[in-house]
Amino acid sequence: MDAARFDRVSIDLDGRPVLEEISFRVREGAFLGVIGPNGAGKTTLLRALLGLVSVRSGSIEVLGRSPAGHGADAHAIGYVPQRETISRNFPATVADIVMMGRVCCTGRLRWASRADWQRVSAELDEIGIGHLASRPIGRLSGGEVRRVLLAQALCAGTRLLVLDEPTVGLDLPAELEFYSLLRRLQHERGITIVCVSHDLLALAAQASELICINRRMHVHGNPEEVVHSHALREAYSCEFDFLAGEIAHHEGNHHGEH
Amino acid sequence: MLEYAFAERALVAAVVVGLLCGLLGFFVILRRLAFIGVGIAHSAIGGVALGLLLGFDPGLSAAVFAVVVALGMFRVARDRRLGEDAIIGVFLSGSMALGLLLMGLQHGYQRDLFAYLFGSLLAVSSADLAALCGLAAVLTVIIAVSFREMLFVAFDEEVARAYGRPVDWMDALLVVVLALTVVAGVRVVGVLLVEALLVVPAATAALWTLDFRRQVALSMSLGAGSAVAGLWLSYTMDVGAGAAIVMVAVLIFFASWMLRRSA
Repeated sequence: MDAARFDRVSIDLDGRPVLEEISFRVREGAFLGVIGPNGAGKTTLLRALLGLVSVRSGSIEVLGRSPAGHGADAHAIGYVPQRETISRNFPATVADIVMMGRVCCTGRLRWASRADWQRVSAELDEIGIGHLASRPIGRLSGGEVRRVLLAQALCAGTRLLVLDEPTVGLDLPAELEFYSLLRRLQHERGITIVCVSHDLLALAAQASELICINRRMHVHGNPEEVVHSHALREAYSCEFDFLAGEIAHHEGNHHGEH
Repeated sequence: MLEYAFAERALVAAVVVGLLCGLLGFFVILRRLAFIGVGIAHSAIGGVALGLLLGFDPGLSAAVFAVVVALGMFRVARDRRLGEDAIIGVFLSGSMALGLLLMGLQHGYQRDLFAYLFGSLLAVSSADLAALCGLAAVLTVIIAVSFREMLFVAFDEEVARAYGRPVDWMDALLVVVLALTVVAGVRVVGVLLVEALLVVPAATAALWTLDFRRQVALSMSLGAGSAVAGLWLSYTMDVGAGAAIVMVAVLIFFASWMLRRSA
């Protein structure tokens, strides 16, 4: 079954076309990387997947329904937005922030039960930040915040995880660690991942499939095919041969670490 | 002091308003709504003047007018062409000017209007007090039930929206509850100082803790405590109750700021 499907989707923002005739499918359990130059419409594509923008034409299906049709089941989709900073003074602990991800599952009064707190605590342990549970969210490092937001996105029994530039601002070891955590979750829980990044090389080394967009769909395939394709050069309107060499290098390094 | 029934009612009214403003103040600080609060408070003048002119209960007309202006501000503030502060500035001066215009249409002594500008704690009747307590109870229940959703919206509106949370409803609800709280507070400290009750205790609480449970509890306690201490000062020194309550709250804020400067 497909976890998500775009069928000739076109989207306008403020009367300007941002995406045109985009079609693709994501298999359940796949790790789809979405790449493209700045302003290509990557974030809009994710927001459409989440039902946050309306389409001009075409149709989108997410976990068998329209994006806005999930209602009470919206927790099946987890979202890690692009977010580099959090107010230093936001008055909530890490556990409180993660609990927000379960707000759809708690009762009518939205008050968390003991079982909800246990679930949050288990999720934090799983992601390796159990020791941060009672720390104020505003006092964490960038890498720690990213993990908290990931735990928030996962803690409601998520089947599809949508991430927008999740590694911006992280140094290379933190970035590789974050991606290897994503891959582990993908394999252990069978969740589908759709991840946007401007960092073509890093994403190519992690994803099972890549799509490259620049308003239109330029190429969809396995990372190896995509990074060597002519369509990629077209999308970025520049030569990529030097990068192709680097990709092999990057992958070599990454595999060498494990 | 409490041998007089009116003083007893004044104390209860001040404490209830202190608790309510302390609770709402948490969201005012968190969502940076302080200026919206000022706008709502000034719109109450227009509402009072309208009520006096048309022969309605000024408290009721102020409440209705404040809710309408608050929702109007909230709606127009979504227009991204202008900053929120500019839009609130327009509403604030507009409703204040309307109040002054309407006042000009009436002749004679504007006793009620002065009561609303500076508060009229000692004139709170049993019926006023019952209405105030009823309103405070309803608003507290609304906030308690929607607290987690409102906190989520404050943390990340976009993610809350993606999870199907009713973000716009929550925002509108918060603004309406805020408007009604302002109107309740106007009774105690007046239009000119009600903002202080919404901002100062919550700001003080935010200096002491980063846990929302403690912040809310501390903010409500400071609101009620300032009300009691201010009323006592007002009685013993024979000064205005509203100003005394706000002065106590402000002094606690500065003392806290000095103590917590290094935190």
